[in-house]
Amino acid sequence: MRQISYVLKYNLINLQYKFYKMTEENFQKRIDAEKKIEPKDWMPTDYRKHLVRQISQHAHSEVIGMQPEGNWISRAPSLRAKMILLAKVQDEAGHGLYLYSACETLGISREELVQQLHDGKAKYSSIFNYPTLSWADMGAIGWLVDGAAIVNQVSLQRTSYGPYSRGMVKICKEESFHQRQGYEIMAEMAKGTKEQKEMAQDALNRFWWPSIMMFGPQDSDSPRTRNAMKWKIKRQTNDELRQNFIDKTVGQAEIIGLIIPDKDLKWNKERGHYDFGEMDWNEFWNVVNGNGPCNKQRLAHHRRVHDEGEWVRNAAKEYARKQELVKSN
Amino acid sequence: MAENSDVWEVFIQNKNGLAHKHVGNVHAYDKVMALENARELYTRRNEGSCIWVVKATDIVSSESEDSEAFFDPSNDKMYRHPTFYTMPKGSKHI
Amino acid sequence: MSSLFTYTLRIADSSLILGQRMAEWCSKGPTLEEDIAMSNISLDLFGQSNGFYEYAAQLDGSKSANKLAFRRNEREFFNHQLAEQENGNFGTTTVRNFLHDAFNLLFYTQLSSSKDETLAALAAKSLKEVKYHLRHSSNWLIRLGDGTNESNARSQEALELLWQYTGELFEMDEIDNELLNLGIGVDNTALKTQWDEILNKTLKKAKLNRPEDGYMATGGKKGMHTEYLGFLLAEMQFLQRAYPDAKW
Repeated sequence: MRQISYVLKYNLINLQYKFYKMTEENFQKRIDAEKKIEPKDWMPTDYRKHLVRQISQHAHSEVIGMQPEGNWISRAPSLRAKMILLAKVQDEAGHGLYLYSACETLGISREELVQQLHDGKAKYSSIFNYPTLSWADMGAIGWLVDGAAIVNQVSLQRTSYGPYSRGMVKICKEESFHQRQGYEIMAEMAKGTKEQKEMAQDALNRFWWPSIMMFGPQDSDSPRTRNAMKWKIKRQTNDELRQNFIDKTVGQAEIIGLIIPDKDLKWNKERGHYDFGEMDWNEFWNVVNGNGPCNKQRLAHHRRVHDEGEWVRNAAKEYARKQELVKSN
Repeated sequence: MAENSDVWEVFIQNKNGLAHKHVGNVHAYDKVMALENARELYTRRNEGSCIWVVKATDIVSSESEDSEAFFDPSNDKMYRHPTFYTMPKGSKHI
Repeated sequence: MSSLFTYTLRIADSSLILGQRMAEWCSKGPTLEEDIAMSNISLDLFGQSNGFYEYAAQLDGSKSANKLAFRRNEREFFNHQLAEQENGNFGTTTVRNFLHDAFNLLFYTQLSSSKDETLAALAAKSLKEVKYHLRHSSNWLIRLGDGTNESNARSQEALELLWQYTGELFEMDEIDNELLNLGIGVDNTALKTQWDEILNKTLKKAKLNRPEDGYMATGGKKGMHTEYLGFLLAEMQFLQRAYPDAKW
């Protein structure tokens, strides 16, 4: 009897495996045919896991990013600058919301996602673990950080998962004013007083390398890239996107008279791209793993705000519950 | 944390005369908040003249397993489209 | 300084200071959605203040809107003291905004018929925004008042704290009277009855008690403020003061 049940079990598992392989083949065929995968479609467990990780970390980045930029709203040096910065940071909150929504279609709640952030299980873009120390940082962030985000997000518009792709299209439409806002600040300061020009150059010096590190580890050090490319979650590799961004940005710095802090930056005629210097991968991994200047501060702020808001959310929930009771009576 | 809010799907009419379009969703605790949150998130750039919000749990969707039975039968009834018909050469306004 | 100039500054200052307070909530909202809502309110208020500052700058001729916002000292700011009160918790903010929004709705409604065309136009535009602000703060006041015991207690506490700043809203001084006689300004005292109606109706829905009228603060319109304004201005004006020759 035991032998028969083993045989049955083996056949069942074999059958399930064959079925899985067949549906996985169909799934890959859809990917290869540039068809979008929607929430109700079958998808490999790893595809779902990968997306939850990537989309939620993207969402967390938008929200955490509100902190370093929000730092200068109260001190913005003109009415116009204040309104523009506030509108920009507000957009980031909106982007976070679009992305949390897209992530929730994969069967996870926003509450769980926030818990993952607080537990350190989910990460966010390391760039936001650097402090914003002067008004010029608002320029550097808009120009470089949003600039890098745009390069990444334009590419992601063609990602295979429908809700993520549609979220990216929406975000890209809104993102371009962000970069222009930053570049305008840098341009004005670079041709302003001596102190303004120094402030702008200082901001560029501090934000250049962290910005190009936003594209992640080199392809050779990125084990996740293979699946991400196969499943068309990513459409271009880290190194491709990084090169794209650098090529675009060098000329922009030259026009406004600021110097990119990379002595190895040089146009390579054969490659048709800029050669650039070696990144400090020690610093990169340190900051990714929690040892940057602001990691603890950013998370502590997020946790504190979340806790302080609990009584408000409870009140809203309780009020809604009471209204439902009144309606049903 | 027992303060999970509800998910509401949002439909926006851009201009008078156009149909409402699905733009995404918001979290909110009641329908008044849902409308306001939808306004804040989806109409900051001149995109709205009317907003509908519907609790996600109230939406009924066709199932992907039923797609064939639901939709394929209409794919082979080309006589429902005007392009199916050959009109006499030179005829106008038809 | 003409009376019209001062009158316009008063409106601009209240909008700017309240806008600055609301901007402080960025990245600190109880939900992400409410964060966006409060930023929108702040942007409306900054936009309003900008409009009134531009007009004031025209009237004066020698200063720009930015100079008016960033180079005046506390004694030269004429906002209501209510506007500069700290955000505190979400309850304090909601109560402060509700008290001010209800007044602004009535004030801008009257100002929309001002004989001064610019003030009338600015008021009409602001009125649309204030209608939404009042709706927003009223709805939240009701949710908090009729929510949990804790939210009711916090809102009641906020009401008691801020009540003394409501008297100033309905005062008329010589500048108010001068402009009222010219058909340009608003009769603030006449707004009290309607304001009471809005208050009483909303507080009833929110299951909150209207505080007794006791000591009423005054002086904002003459440049006398609470301890909070100095800190707010120091932060807001820092860059322009530190780099006086820079253009931003």
